[in-house]
Amino acid sequence: MRGLRQLTWTNIKLYLRDPIATFFTLAFAPFLVVIFGAMFGNDPNPIFGGQGSMDVSMPAYTALIVGSVGIMGVPITVGALREHGVLRRYRATPMHPLTFIVADITTNLAMALFGTILLVGSGILLYRVKFEGNMLSVLAAILLGGLALLAFGYLIASLAPGARSAQVIGMLVFYPMMFLSGSGMPLEIMPESVQRISTFLPMTYMVRLLRGLWFGESWGEYLVEAAVLLGVFVVCGGLAARFFRWE
Amino acid sequence: MAGVIEVRDLRKTYDDVVAVDGISFEVAEGEIFGMVGPNGAGKTTTIECIEGLRRADSGHARIFGEDPSAKRAAIAERIGIQLQESALPARLRVAEALWLFGSFYKRQADADELLGQLGLIEKKSSAFTKLSGGQKQRLFIALALINLPEVVFLDELTTGLDPQARRAMWDLVRGIREQGRTVFLTTHFMEEAERLCDRVAILDHGRIVALDTPEALIRSLNIDKRLVMTVPEGDLPKLSELPQVSRVERSGDRLVVYGAKDGLASAVINALEDSGVAFEDLRTEQPNLEDVFLALTGREMRE
Ligand SMILES: Nc1ncnc2c1ncn2[C@@H]1O[C@H](COP(=O)(O)OP(=O)(O)OP(=O)(O)O)[C@@H](O)[C@H]1O
Ligand SMILES: [Mg+2]
Repeated sequence: MRGLRQLTWTNIKLYLRDPIATFFTLAFAPFLVVIFGAMFGNDPNPIFGGQGSMDVSMPAYTALIVGSVGIMGVPITVGALREHGVLRRYRATPMHPLTFIVADITTNLAMALFGTILLVGSGILLYRVKFEGNMLSVLAAILLGGLALLAFGYLIASLAPGARSAQVIGMLVFYPMMFLSGSGMPLEIMPESVQRISTFLPMTYMVRLLRGLWFGESWGEYLVEAAVLLGVFVVCGGLAARFFRWE
Repeated sequence: MAGVIEVRDLRKTYDDVVAVDGISFEVAEGEIFGMVGPNGAGKTTTIECIEGLRRADSGHARIFGEDPSAKRAAIAERIGIQLQESALPARLRVAEALWLFGSFYKRQADADELLGQLGLIEKKSSAFTKLSGGQKQRLFIALALINLPEVVFLDELTTGLDPQARRAMWDLVRGIREQGRTVFLTTHFMEEAERLCDRVAILDHGRIVALDTPEALIRSLNIDKRLVMTVPEGDLPKLSELPQVSRVERSGDRLVVYGAKDGLASAVINALEDSGVAFEDLRTEQPNLEDVFLALTGREMRE
């Protein structure tokens, strides 16, 4: 794994130099809080068991940020690196493919976490949102969900023929997921049919798991969600590695 | 030790295109070996099979006696590669690129020294996309040398370089050889191959049509020398009847006399002076690799 530290550090710097990527991960979070806060407010509501809309939505927005990095960001960046011939150049070195992938995943997870911190920070500042869970537990769930959604993004990047198509597929998958998984709007206010579709979307499980842990429930009550995310990570990750192309 | 690189009956087809059609050669340690040939001759395919980046359909390529596609990582550690086509992340800066690529190897050259040799010191903190074509090219050559490789592969090393940078590159390549390292390069410039390479393989349609030192290639084919001059209008003596002359071409005031034998110049000059022709700007042109290619394939290198 020689070069892993250097590649990760370089990736993070490059990420922060890209204004669009930086906007999406870092400014998107506070932006979400302001927009949804203005739309729904945070008054206690019986639908949410006496909590405010923002209180219950925080974990969902977290999933949204992690999902946008994984499902939209990864196919765009990996697709572009491949199409421009950057991956070809990496391949001409002794670097192991795994080094590239681990460095990239670490970068994206770090950025997603950073985005989450900004999200929760602005939620607390602007709407005094509640957090009743265990920090470490929630962090672990973000990492698990992050790995699953990143693996999903890498699978798209591996299968899509070009950079453009990777971008389009990423968006086609992400936007419906945003509305149907309960990450954009609470599923409770959605019709029955949407709630049924949501059971097929990996992001739904991340939303459920995070929401449970956020309000102090234990992993034991969310074994199904955790198992689904782990499964998505293993299957998509395996397929992505199997079909990964340097050129 | 004989050949650092050994290629036997290498063949590679893409769908219906035969890119490399059964070629064999060896490259000795410490030599500058060049491969020339027109677009699509199969140079890149050959070089990338040796580097282990492409897999041949049949035959084999060996480097340090090993199969490059089976032992990629170990071999990649000992070789330097400049690809004909590749890129770096758009916002990666020159110094960062050297630092990053250096970190992939066990051994590292001094990055500042490399940047100095390649004239990139002032561009140290420029982003990749802000570099000119020639500067990008020089950066890729620096990356190919970052691990002090035993064998350096340079696919079209001077494409996009201005004449001054090209000459600097030749000096750099000679310097690499002086340190006992091996250079395998491809080029479109016959002059470059002639001046720089110890041995040259001429490739055409995936086959080696000739392989030798540039001097031997030129000598062996017994290619005509040329005598070029300007002559006034009017009749000329029958130069083509001279035993030293094989062919005469005249267009306007330009006269070109071809011949292989010694004494071509004096015979022609005597004949012209005897008939009182006031010729000017006389010069002889030695045959070069360009002529060798023409003689071997019946085509110009560049159409
Ligand atoms: N990846 C590929 N897929 C399909 N055909 C290819 C591929 N790479 C090369 N070819 C074909 O193989 C032949 C040899 O190509 P190659 O790139 O080896 O030539 P070259 O001598 O390097 O040419 P150039 O001087 O233009 O770089 C060409 O006809 C080319 O069209
Ligand atoms: Mg080529």
